[in-house]
Amino acid sequence: MAMDDVQVKDGVDAETVDAVIALSGAYKYGWNTEIEMEYAPKGLSEDIVRLISSKNEEPKWMLEWRLAAYRRWLELKEPDWAMVEYPKIDFQDQYYYARPKSMEEKPKSLDDVDPKLLETYKKLGIPLKEQALLAGVEAPEGERRVAVDAVFDSVSLGTTFQAELLQAGVIFCSISEAIREHPDLVKRYLGTVVPVSDNYYATLNSAVFSDGSFVYIPPGVRCPMELSTYFRINAENTGQFERTLIIADKEAYVSYLEGCTAPQRDVAQLHAAVVELVLLDDAEIKYSTVQNWYPGDENGKGGIYNFVTKRADCRGDRSKVMWTQVETGSAVTWKYPSCVLRGDDSQGEFYSIAIANNMQQADTGTKMVHLGKNTKSRIVSKGISAGKAQNTYRGLVSMHPKAKNSRNYTQCDSLLIGDKCGAHTVPYIEVKNNSSRVEHEATTSKVDDDQLFYCRSRGMGEEDAVALVVNGFCKEVLQALPMEFAMEAQALVAISLEGSVG
Amino acid sequence: MLEIKNLQVQLEEEDKQILKGVDLSLEAGKVHAIMGPNGSGKSTLSYVLSGKGGYEVTAGSAHLEGNDILSMEPEERAAAGLFLAFQYPVEIPGVGNMTFLRTAVNSQRKLRGEPEMSAGEFLKVVRAKAKDLKIDAEMLKRPVNVGFSGGEKKRNEILQMAMLEPKMCILDETDSGLDVDAMKLVAQGVNALRDGKRTFLVITHYQRLLDHIKPDVVHIMAAGRIIKSGGPELALQVENNGYSDLLEGSA
Ligand SMILES: Nc1ncnc2c1ncn2[C@@H]1O[C@H](COP(=O)(O)OP(=O)(O)O)[C@@H](O)[C@H]1O
Ligand SMILES: [Mg+2]
Repeated sequence: MAMDDVQVKDGVDAETVDAVIALSGAYKYGWNTEIEMEYAPKGLSEDIVRLISSKNEEPKWMLEWRLAAYRRWLELKEPDWAMVEYPKIDFQDQYYYARPKSMEEKPKSLDDVDPKLLETYKKLGIPLKEQALLAGVEAPEGERRVAVDAVFDSVSLGTTFQAELLQAGVIFCSISEAIREHPDLVKRYLGTVVPVSDNYYATLNSAVFSDGSFVYIPPGVRCPMELSTYFRINAENTGQFERTLIIADKEAYVSYLEGCTAPQRDVAQLHAAVVELVLLDDAEIKYSTVQNWYPGDENGKGGIYNFVTKRADCRGDRSKVMWTQVETGSAVTWKYPSCVLRGDDSQGEFYSIAIANNMQQADTGTKMVHLGKNTKSRIVSKGISAGKAQNTYRGLVSMHPKAKNSRNYTQCDSLLIGDKCGAHTVPYIEVKNNSSRVEHEATTSKVDDDQLFYCRSRGMGEEDAVALVVNGFCKEVLQALPMEFAMEAQALVAISLEGSVG
Repeated sequence: MLEIKNLQVQLEEEDKQILKGVDLSLEAGKVHAIMGPNGSGKSTLSYVLSGKGGYEVTAGSAHLEGNDILSMEPEERAAAGLFLAFQYPVEIPGVGNMTFLRTAVNSQRKLRGEPEMSAGEFLKVVRAKAKDLKIDAEMLKRPVNVGFSGGEKKRNEILQMAMLEPKMCILDETDSGLDVDAMKLVAQGVNALRDGKRTFLVITHYQRLLDHIKPDVVHIMAAGRIIKSGGPELALQVENNGYSDLLEGSA
């Protein structure tokens, strides 16, 4: 890592530089699991789509859905508007399905999974054991339990705590299992948030997704534990295409976390995921991501190309979604977790910290689409660039005619460490009614008035006071991520954006 | 130092008058105390002087060293030398106490057109002042007021005051919720700042704080008015007899 020869700009906090160096130092997850794999033939065709569908033992409607997506994809063009540059991807020169041989026969439980695979997760620090709690004993304070769906290349190895979750009515399983076991729910919601033809990568995903996670929280249920999926890419020359669908029914609540890593390889690999969140009346979803795909080496060789479509549909009134993302990995990131605020009084929040070092390129941000009355959104984005990295924030806030009295608050900061990197901010704003407000600057209504007054009474200007309080809030959000996944996030807490630009 | 004339204040939201014509004249270097029953408007006075929203000044004025502070933003008042130690200090999650202090000190300096305090100098000064108030390094690192005990919050207010070196200090019930030792510590902190020029307005319920911070003038406030002013003996009278005879006298 080439941090030593980087000129650190004046005013950049030393602790921040240390934290960035520590984070983007040697990639800690770059080892590879030696294991016998089974691949689909290289390249993409209708036959491959059929093969993936049959491997997952899917019903016919699912195959038809995939094939329609594939045919649509053939007509689409790869988007080129993002501020990222990479060699043209040869979609025929990679594998679309890779499964450990030992997974051919579906294991009955995680105990039956190949120890080598289990070892992989242990080494990554991901708990796949269900720490049983004694009946009637509360989990000790601060020791939260996390149910994990472990996805390895193209398949889910298994999901922990399924039985216990089911007792609360919560369905948590791989998407392939959901398609088989809960077809009605899947049929009803799949593709309703991110339509098949939404964009190039989403369409590709719709055709070839191999696995991913499915969550259904029934009305009035607060999910009794944190849910998470850990994605591991291991196979070479293989793309990972996972699909996540989370449905929070009326008054349901769930906090969900995803983590991802991959071995260090010289050849870039494609990852194109789709995440759909559905929120009915009064539902709440917190969705956190710690993205740490292999970023490539300091000369830009290898790494994951991460093209992801994530969207939450706040269909219900008063529903609330929060996206939190910590992005430190990937060679190329193209990702805009979005909120469609359809229900009246619904709320969307987006908190992002993206660190790009060496030759990494990140083009990330969010879309807040206000359709319902009194909808609120908040965007806090922090981009940190070092080395020769490029970090772009791209955000859209759109207030539709019916979204009366809606509010948005956006705060984007970027920090450049060194003088060879770049930071860009590309905000789009559309307001189609005259009672809504979009603020790129400080406003008093978004942050607690008492906190603001306290800061101002100590001499801080209104804008500085808002920034301080919101930054603090962000740190709290990061600190709330479960430890197993969030070593990076913990380190990020030391980062300050003093001396920042943009 | 601070001249308040016929200050009348009502709530912005509803038509409720809280201050009904307050007059106060605080000379530089003096310590004035305000005592009074709950709900008489003491906190409201301190908030209005420091610029909190939600209140409407319907009549009267307030001048700090001749400058009309009521027309200033809260941060401008702070930069002009006004400081309020809050009755209920606010918690700011995720913001380190030290970061907060440094931001405050440098924001004020910037507003006054002074150079910022360097990180090294700041650290030196803050450590020394924190030590006097028995505030340890751990407390400086923690988020502002989050998880602080009542006493810690109040000491933290005094630390901010010591760092900001204001000309006019208003202390709103800084003694409430403190045990005797903590109160002594706070009083010491305040007394250390008395330099013959700095002015204090000490709002309190109890005589006992005034044993440690000797006031020059004591005012009694009731129902939005100063109903009586006198020397330190007035505080003793309240301590012994309560407010009832004073209140009857004014009715
Ligand atoms: N923001 C507010 N909203 C409603 N009532 C208020 C508000 N601020 C003050 N008051 C009222 O004004 C009166 C004076 O309050 P306060 O200034 O806090 O008194 P003190 O500090 O002397 O106890 C009380 O009746 C209180 O309820
Ligand atoms: Mg009060």
